[in-house]
Amino acid sequence: MIQCEGGVKLKKQEALGLFRKLLLGRLVEERIRKEYPSDQIKTAAHLGIGGEAIPVGVGHCLPKGTKAFGTYRNHVLYLSMSDDVDGFFAEMYGRLTAPAKGKAGSMHMCSPEHGLMATSAVVGTPIPLAAGAALASVYRQSRELAVVFFGDGAVEEGVFWETLNFASLRQLPMVFVCEDNGLAIHTPTSERQGFRSIPEAVAGFNCHVASGDGSDLQGVIALTREMLKRMAEEPKPGFLHLTYLRFLEHVGPGEDFHIGYRRRPTPEEAERLDPVRRFEKELLQDGYSEPELEAIRIEVARQIDRSVAQAQQAPLPPASELYTDVVTG
Amino acid sequence: MSSKTLTYREALNRALVKEMEADPDVFVFGLDVPDHKRIYGSTKGLVEQFGARRVFGTPLSEEAMTGVALGAALSGLRPIHVHIRADFMLLGMNQIANMASNLRYMSGGRLRLPLVIRAMIGRGWGQSAQHSKSMHSIFAHFPGLKVVLPTTPQDAYSLMRSSIRDDNPVIFLEHRWLYDIAGEVDEECVIPLGPPGVLRAGDAATVVATSWMNVEAVKAAEVLAKKRGIELEVIDVRTVSPFQEDVIAASVEKTKHCIVVDHDWVFCGFGAEVAARISHRCFGSLKRPVERLGYAPTPCPTTRPLETLFYPSAVEIIRVVERMLDLGQTDLSDESFYSYEQRFKGPF
Repeated sequence: MIQCEGGVKLKKQEALGLFRKLLLGRLVEERIRKEYPSDQIKTAAHLGIGGEAIPVGVGHCLPKGTKAFGTYRNHVLYLSMSDDVDGFFAEMYGRLTAPAKGKAGSMHMCSPEHGLMATSAVVGTPIPLAAGAALASVYRQSRELAVVFFGDGAVEEGVFWETLNFASLRQLPMVFVCEDNGLAIHTPTSERQGFRSIPEAVAGFNCHVASGDGSDLQGVIALTREMLKRMAEEPKPGFLHLTYLRFLEHVGPGEDFHIGYRRRPTPEEAERLDPVRRFEKELLQDGYSEPELEAIRIEVARQIDRSVAQAQQAPLPPASELYTDVVTG
Repeated sequence: MSSKTLTYREALNRALVKEMEADPDVFVFGLDVPDHKRIYGSTKGLVEQFGARRVFGTPLSEEAMTGVALGAALSGLRPIHVHIRADFMLLGMNQIANMASNLRYMSGGRLRLPLVIRAMIGRGWGQSAQHSKSMHSIFAHFPGLKVVLPTTPQDAYSLMRSSIRDDNPVIFLEHRWLYDIAGEVDEECVIPLGPPGVLRAGDAATVVATSWMNVEAVKAAEVLAKKRGIELEVIDVRTVSPFQEDVIAASVEKTKHCIVVDHDWVFCGFGAEVAARISHRCFGSLKRPVERLGYAPTPCPTTRPLETLFYPSAVEIIRVVERMLDLGQTDLSDESFYSYEQRFKGPF
């Protein structure tokens, strides 16, 4: 198991850029929560509030040219890879101006031009695609990485183990990122998994394994950098296991602690498990000023306002769009 | 003229070699692809010529390997993923039905998926219920997939080349009884995915067939020509999806009769699709309702006498034609019907 010694040293622009990405993910999703009741966003949105540090932190460390794959809980991954807020909201509103002209919606966002190749609503399904991308990079004798983000529920599916086996057998340059929130829809790990822990179960394979706190952006970055360093020294796939708290319900804009299938975090826990608050506090402690952060907040909020307004005014796709993009040629 | 006589297996092999020589992005993988049997010989010589980077075996992980093919295709390669039996594709069905068929659409046309999935349809010498499915109607049901079933060596060669060059996912289904059939193959001949092929011209009735059923249909046509002096028109569908009905509809306009002989089950099958379309297109010309033949509505039995009954045959086709045309039953007692199994030695 890879242990991480010491933290990270972030340069100023880097730190503020990361804060912007975390905040963009958070504020975009808060905006979706606000807009949802108007019933204009008609797509099953699985919000990732609480989990932002994982795609932002891991993504920050991945070299250019990395091909990424993800799941239906992909908003922050999409935004952090593409920075395409206009396209994102156009897709949420199902508009013609969206990257997939509204055919993707929340669950199938992709941005191949920025390396986010595909995302899937069927748990576990994108995992082997990353292995295929890694295989293609070996085939072409390039060093490009592939990465796949998936939840802890995906580990219960055969295709996860099939892919882990193949990737470990062929020593493919790919990183498995397990975003573990301890829940699959509304069912806790204790009722789903017959092994002691995910990293322990994976440790029997010929790959590098690391586990850490996914709510801690700097910790995620340190762990990912250490993982990539090990992968460069000893070429094997990497498996990153990162835990986090899903603050909202499985799908939709609400909180659902009152249902009773899981416990509401204490205020101290909520503070610690909120990656945006946590990083903000660290920045302030490190000497960044409140006005610096406030300027970023204002810029991000304005961007979101513009993108939402644009999306709301954009045309819906014409009927002829139904039949395009099924096959090519 | 670059035409020469090749078996179906040689034609497939030739097509793979040609495309791999032409395009370094083409690679072939799947369980047993580089073993000593080489997928009925169809992948013979590939690993020697192109090396283990481009020709390799896999773990028994059908879903993951289908996903690997997809991921490689998304990265610009042209994978050919092989299954020794079509039945095993069911383990990869999630990737086929939820990803391969959808990704282009879900990405608004930004993704390209140039991959071929080859699979064998088993039959004879006890292939039984889990080594004999074809499932082309199931694959064709999903928009975004192309589905090809070549019958002749020429089609095997040309359609394989077209499939590899296609930028969409193609399911390529090969019947193992066709592997030894020899025929003229013109290596320059290009056949696009879509139009059917007319195997035999005639005016008495149109027989629309898939895969091995074309062999049975041609045999039925030969017997009826000799014994009754009537000519069946036999049309090999070749590509189930995209399905092009024009050639079939024109034929039915001429013959006024249509029989679909499908290498699959009848219920909810491809034959129903053809019957519905032809009934719609040729309603005023048809003298009889479209007839459908296919597997018996049972799982495939192992024992020979039951298996023979399970599949439609030339004899059954002859009997259906006779009923449609109000002919009496032809005496077939002196006819020897082609039975591949008499030559076929198992067990594989």
